Amino acid sequence: MKLDTSGLESFPSLILHGNDVAGEISAPPSFDLPNSNDFDGFLKEAIQMVKPAKGTTTLAFIFKEGVMVAADSRASMGGYISSQSVKKIIEINPYMLGTMAGGAADCQFWHRNLGIKCRLHELANKRRISVTGASKLLANILYSYRGMGLSVGTMIAGWDETGPGLYYVDSEGGRLKGTRFSVGSGSPYAYGVLDSGYKYDMSIEEASELARRAIYHATFRDGASGGVASVYYVGPTGWKKLSGDDVGELHYHYNPVTPSTTVEQEMVDAAAA
Amino acid sequence: MECVFGLVGNDFAIVVADTSAVHSILVHKSNEDKIMFLDSHKLIAASGEPGDRVQFTEYIQKNVALYQFRNGIPLTTSAAANFTRGELATALRKNPYSVNILLAGYDKETGPSLYYIDYLATLHKLEKGAFGYGSYFSLSMMDRHYHSGMSVEEAIDLVDKCINEIRSRLVVAPPNFIIKIVDKDGAREYAWRQSVADTPAPSA
Repeated sequence: MKLDTSGLESFPSLILHGNDVAGEISAPPSFDLPNSNDFDGFLKEAIQMVKPAKGTTTLAFIFKEGVMVAADSRASMGGYISSQSVKKIIEINPYMLGTMAGGAADCQFWHRNLGIKCRLHELANKRRISVTGASKLLANILYSYRGMGLSVGTMIAGWDETGPGLYYVDSEGGRLKGTRFSVGSGSPYAYGVLDSGYKYDMSIEEASELARRAIYHATFRDGASGGVASVYYVGPTGWKKLSGDDVGELHYHYNPVTPSTTVEQEMVDAAAA
Repeated sequence: MECVFGLVGNDFAIVVADTSAVHSILVHKSNEDKIMFLDSHKLIAASGEPGDRVQFTEYIQKNVALYQFRNGIPLTTSAAANFTRGELATALRKNPYSVNILLAGYDKETGPSLYYIDYLATLHKLEKGAFGYGSYFSLSMMDRHYHSGMSVEEAIDLVDKCINEIRSRLVVAPPNFIIKIVDKDGAREYAWRQSVADTPAPSA
């Protein structure tokens, strides 16, 4: 993929006839360097400021019936919650899903691009692309942009001829095949619940409940995760959205408020005067 | 941190690598195979940045296969090692790869050999070598107990000593290791040493 560098080309300056333009050579494109004693430190700080932290919780796991994919829906910019309704599970094609963690624009754009490449593969080869192939396509693209500031931490989940497939792909160029992954700032919390409740032989209901629970627990503890816990299932006939529950409501579902019979201080009517 | 080490014995070479795929404090996977088959009689054990590790070793693997395809004979281990070093060196001052490699191979004429190639494109032909934090423990263990012409049993015994030392002394010790061997019959997986079993993806 060739990068479009037309923006960097310098334009020839207008050479007016008669003016002394002997020294008027078009200068190469440049920008002012900031006045700073410690330029390296300044550069580091600038990168840190721009670099988006992967504030999210997404998870996916393979089990007997297929793949379960779940994510929260909060977008945060530092301490500000910019949205509670972000779609973090991206539908690449009817039998493959991708999750979003990191830069929203990067994830959306490159997943869409991956969808295009997968469709082209289908048209060229008269068969669907495998999950292995699709994840390798994405990993190679991201690897070629490494060091340029892309922030993508995604899982590619799908069902192909070999059965269920799950790959973790990130913008550092890493690609891992596995059975259970969780990505984002809330992932350690989700891993705990997911690992302890996981069994390969689960029914679809049990698996979706485990996924939902893991997302809920992560949103409870991680400030950068929240909103709605969406759960998708990928089976032999493609993906299907199973549930989308607000985690605030889930909290009271899992921790119901019991009306206590004893009150700290009960007000009694004064004896009728 | 990733531990890779290897040694040359009597008519064989062994390489050992840990199998954890780690991202800051999270262990994503503890059964990731980091020792690739370069061709039928060569092994490449790599440690470093995840993207670079896979992409660079696959690049070397495909180029080695291309040479064999074009010329009808496989590269010698020395040639493959020098090619690998050359690629790392060319990329070093432009777009460096952060990969450390131990390349083990068996040639009919010269027998087994081990090459140490670090991320700065340093190349050394060695009897024993190691990378990573594990090297602080495995190098001295190997220096003490290694002698040339070890049998497979003696070598595996030494490998187990190193693994146990790493497990007991390294603060973030990887739980699982994979051992691969290359000899006149080719390169193959020898054993795993697991203390934490990761549920593998079921194969079709």
